[in-house]
Amino acid sequence: MALDAGTVAAVDALAERYKYGFVTDIEQETAPKGLNEDIIRFISAKKAEPEWLLAWRLKAYRHWLEMRDPKWARVKHPPIDFQDAYYYAAPKTKEGPKSLDEVDPELLRTYEKLGIPLHEHEILAGVAVDAVFDSVSVATTFKKKLEEVGVIFCAISEAVQKHPELVRRYLGTVVPYSDNFYATLNSAVFTDGSFVYLPKGVRCPMELSTYFRINAAKTGQFERTLIIADAGAHVSYLEGCTAPMRDENQLHAAVVELVALDDAEIKYSTVQNWYPGDAEGRGGIYNFVTKRGACRGRHSKISWTQVETGSAITWKYPSCILQGEGSSGAFYSIAIVNNRQQADTGTKMLHIGRNTRSTIVSKGISAGRGQNTYRGLVRMQGGAENARNHTRCDSLLIGGACGAHTVPYIESKNPTARVEHEATTARIGEDQLFYCRQRGLDEEQAVSLIVNGFCKEVLQELPMEFAVEAQKLVALSLEGSVG
Amino acid sequence: MLEIHDLHVSVGGAEILKGLSLNVAAGEVHAVMGPNGSGKSTLSYVLAGRPGYDVTAGTVRYKGRDLLAMAPEERAAAGVFLAFQYPVELPGVSGATFLRTALNAVRKARGEKDLDAMQFLKAVRERLRSLSMTEETLKRALNVGFSGGEKKRNEMLQMALLEPDLAVLDETDSGLDIDALKLVADGVNALRAPGRAMLVITHYQRLLSHIVPDRVHVLARGRIQRSGGKELALELEARGYAEFGHAA
Ligand SMILES: Nc1ncnc2c1ncn2[C@@H]1O[C@H](COP(=O)(O)OP(=O)(O)OP(=O)(O)O)[C@@H](O)[C@H]1O
Ligand SMILES: [Mg+2]
Repeated sequence: MALDAGTVAAVDALAERYKYGFVTDIEQETAPKGLNEDIIRFISAKKAEPEWLLAWRLKAYRHWLEMRDPKWARVKHPPIDFQDAYYYAAPKTKEGPKSLDEVDPELLRTYEKLGIPLHEHEILAGVAVDAVFDSVSVATTFKKKLEEVGVIFCAISEAVQKHPELVRRYLGTVVPYSDNFYATLNSAVFTDGSFVYLPKGVRCPMELSTYFRINAAKTGQFERTLIIADAGAHVSYLEGCTAPMRDENQLHAAVVELVALDDAEIKYSTVQNWYPGDAEGRGGIYNFVTKRGACRGRHSKISWTQVETGSAITWKYPSCILQGEGSSGAFYSIAIVNNRQQADTGTKMLHIGRNTRSTIVSKGISAGRGQNTYRGLVRMQGGAENARNHTRCDSLLIGGACGAHTVPYIESKNPTARVEHEATTARIGEDQLFYCRQRGLDEEQAVSLIVNGFCKEVLQELPMEFAVEAQKLVALSLEGSVG
Repeated sequence: MLEIHDLHVSVGGAEILKGLSLNVAAGEVHAVMGPNGSGKSTLSYVLAGRPGYDVTAGTVRYKGRDLLAMAPEERAAAGVFLAFQYPVELPGVSGATFLRTALNAVRKARGEKDLDAMQFLKAVRERLRSLSMTEETLKRALNVGFSGGEKKRNEMLQMALLEPDLAVLDETDSGLDIDALKLVADGVNALRAPGRAMLVITHYQRLLSHIVPDRVHVLARGRIQRSGGKELALELEARGYAEFGHAA
């Protein structure tokens, strides 16, 4: 009724409301357009990489040439011309910045505008930030303080220089170079991203956070993040992302690998707010990301929490390989599509070890002409004695032109393992909206309140500092979806 | 305060109210009684502006303004409150969040400042106490899993907090135990003021012995069939609605 009509009327709203859509005017250094072995050598040389890493990149590239892009996801887009993009763009500075004082002030202003001040004294207390601008990490804060307790938190390119043995031991061990089309491409051309290592028994004294920003036009962003929690270590890590408004689609094909050893715990949270494109579906980021964590140690834990509100297309399945006995994995997700956005997202929980546990809570919200698919695999391998999974998958529809789809895959090779799956689909009730409005809330406030209530179980998994921000983002990304 | 003139309302194509007229002056409490399905809730929804209730003829003026031209939230901001016959559940939305959002929305529309967390808590605690409710109510998701009586009390809590000028209570007494009925009546009586008006929809004279109405109206077949003083409620209790014919 009123809702459906409103959905259509709402459509122009989002573009003006994407407040991160500005472009920073800064001198860039780019590699020539296109992709070939020379470009890969260029990237590797720029970063003064050791021979083994270049060899690994080239191996990935040659493998990628033989691969086709995946067609199984419920998303539609024209073919991507991989030769019509830049694979390396960096803010032009003589050397890499050594400290914050050397970072281009224009860049610092950009991050301030994004609400991510990089001056340590202005930063949210207790959060260390690594800022990645196009292909390069521009600043990492609180390094000293982290070093004191032995935590390494730096750009992955820096880790390659300073801790090559760690990078070499773990890189590509969770997501192999040949894993899938986009992960393989990433392995060939990845530019920057964050590296975290927590030594045995260390609880990270603060939240770690990486802030990704695509600025340059026609540039793909291929960051690679690697987090290793040694035995008994704990860390909570958050990534945020934004991009300028551009008419063209930009590719973001990241890879994140997590490794948790005995009793270690990694909590990885994402607030993804890449530019979603305009109301007609022009522009926006293609967010094709591979995220996977390996619970290698006994009783290790990995949890993924994601709030996906941006991007024209989201294609990602943060997964857990539950190898260690008694290890546990969790996936908490909010995915919102409005206007013409498409999301095909979910998780894979691979139970290998005995007594492994996994929890999946997915909240999909579809508005406008958005299409939202939950795709999740739970696999109980032969050795997964007494393993347990619980999956809860809720979809909320706003208006009549959007779609919600749930595609669970369940495979069990162990009779003692148990898998539970619950799914619901609902619309925002006209009675709920009216009830809120009768109490004085306008329609947008009412929708925001109801949707935030719907997402509550996931929102409360986010670190405190970001939960409020995420709540606002949920409201913002649905603006104009009713009216 | 509230002037309803010759109101015709259709729901889903069927005409439910067929020329209803009713005036409530400031400071007065009016009771509306009538058989099931006669259109009492329909009247309350129309006053609150529920979409889907089509006014095909007639006028409603509230404080001299054209009430029907206002959006539901504008009516709320102007002091119209409806205690729902069937309060709605909001999963995941805590009572505290809901109340505070509502209160601040209404305050903003009235040009008042937001209450901060402390001020809000103080205001709610007072009301909770007078309704014999616990703070647990604020933590739970609004109306989710509440008993019938708890839902009704929760409506009264909201009314007490929002301090409306025109309160429409749609069968707030249904489902309440005897003690709760008394508490709700006390709450309503406490809100009685020269500047306020109330429309109390009920099936039972029992409530009206606690909330003594200035006028009692009988709604049947889409119109007010008869109006009188408080003694009319007693008469209806004794004789039923037979003389007014069946609903609709
Ligand atoms: N959406 C609708 N579509 C069609 N008919 C409706 C709709 N809503 C209400 N009605 C009808 O309108 C009439 C009046 O309903 P209403 O709820 O106003 O009655 P009421 O006087 O409040 O009854 P009760 O005492 O049982 O609460 C009923 O016959 C009801 O079935
Ligand atoms: Mg009724």
